[in-house]
Amino acid sequence: MDAQTIIAKRIAQELRDGMLVNLGIGIPTLVAKYVPASLHVYFQSENGLIGTAGAVEGLHHPLLTDAGGRPVSALPGACTFDSAMSFGLIRGGHVDMTVLGALQVDAAGQLANWMVPGKMVPGMGGAMDLVTGAKRVVIAMQHTAKGQPKIVKQCSLPLTSVRPVDLVVTDLAVIGFPGGRATLLETAPGVTVAQVLEATQAELAVSERVSTMAL
Amino acid sequence: MKTILLKDAVALIPDGASVMIGGFMGVGTPERLVDELVRQGKRNLTVIANDNALPGIGIGKLISAGAVKKTIASHIGLNPETQKKMLARELEVDLVPQGTLIERIRAGGYGLGGVLTPTGVGTVVEKGKQRIELDGKPYLLETALRADFALVDAFLADYLGNLYYALTARNFNPVIAMAADTVIVEAENIVPIGVIAPDHVMTPAPVVDYIISHA
Repeated sequence: MDAQTIIAKRIAQELRDGMLVNLGIGIPTLVAKYVPASLHVYFQSENGLIGTAGAVEGLHHPLLTDAGGRPVSALPGACTFDSAMSFGLIRGGHVDMTVLGALQVDAAGQLANWMVPGKMVPGMGGAMDLVTGAKRVVIAMQHTAKGQPKIVKQCSLPLTSVRPVDLVVTDLAVIGFPGGRATLLETAPGVTVAQVLEATQAELAVSERVSTMAL
Repeated sequence: MKTILLKDAVALIPDGASVMIGGFMGVGTPERLVDELVRQGKRNLTVIANDNALPGIGIGKLISAGAVKKTIASHIGLNPETQKKMLARELEVDLVPQGTLIERIRAGGYGLGGVLTPTGVGTVVEKGKQRIELDGKPYLLETALRADFALVDAFLADYLGNLYYALTARNFNPVIAMAADTVIVEAENIVPIGVIAPDHVMTPAPVVDYIISHA
């Protein structure tokens, strides 16, 4: 199983029936592929849609896209709305869970995911509102980038929000923040606790019962 | 009758004007108005919009044509020309969280001086802004935004100017239609009065000044 599939399948296990969920671009989008058939989950696209589903070949509508501008379809029961309502849903605490990518997450769960000063300044888009307003923030990312840890003592990149994230799922581990402290909860199949600690710059507490991701 | 020829509508917009433009990655952007702004060689515009789309699409065409002096947007990451002009200091870019941007525009159109939002507290977005605590929670005071012109893309307009938007092309359109001194609409279809049922009107006719004729 490749890294992205491990991450997406594990995060899909966080979904609950009836949730309103916003998925970011990249690995987060893949989570939708692994929704258990027994659950009805609402996916929001922040450009103004609840009931987003994958595009159906041959049925693309030019006025029906996701937040990345790609064609999608709308499930029966879907609804559309303007950007003010879309962010009212997000900031107002109506979104149960958001899944986002990250550049860095630190020991306290703070997130940097929108710019690298002087190098990459794409704009924050909806990320700051999502992290500030969603009930639960789950990060989907590779554990390291070019060999460098992305889970760091303290974010050196500009923060997305001061609100800490709730869960980080990587290709190596699941990390939570009980009591505000980064804690190793699960490892990926075939990955040892020592390997996770080695690939992590932040000091990680290790749960008494570290389990293996059940994929 | 509010219909006007495309070239006459765009001739109303002087160099240096502030212009709000609907659309999300080009979906819901009035392309004929954008093309005519380029054709008439407008300069020094301030463009307020969700994003800068891509080169060759929507607002991306204005960026490539050198028509824009400043853009206020939430995301520019998919338009490398905006990035290039920003780094070369040919284009001023003011990045605003998406939910904050739409709410500032809403405030401008709804007669409010601004809004209080938790988004951006403790990040670079807070710089230069007033922080206000209410019931122990910190908020940023974000001021209202208005523009000289709003360029609105609708799916249906009747001859009075009642508007209806389709699918995810609604996005910023109904909000900017409230927040500019002059509101110019490009509609996919112009229909007789009464075709859009009262309950389906999303922007009321009195706020619309001009509808681009299809002739």
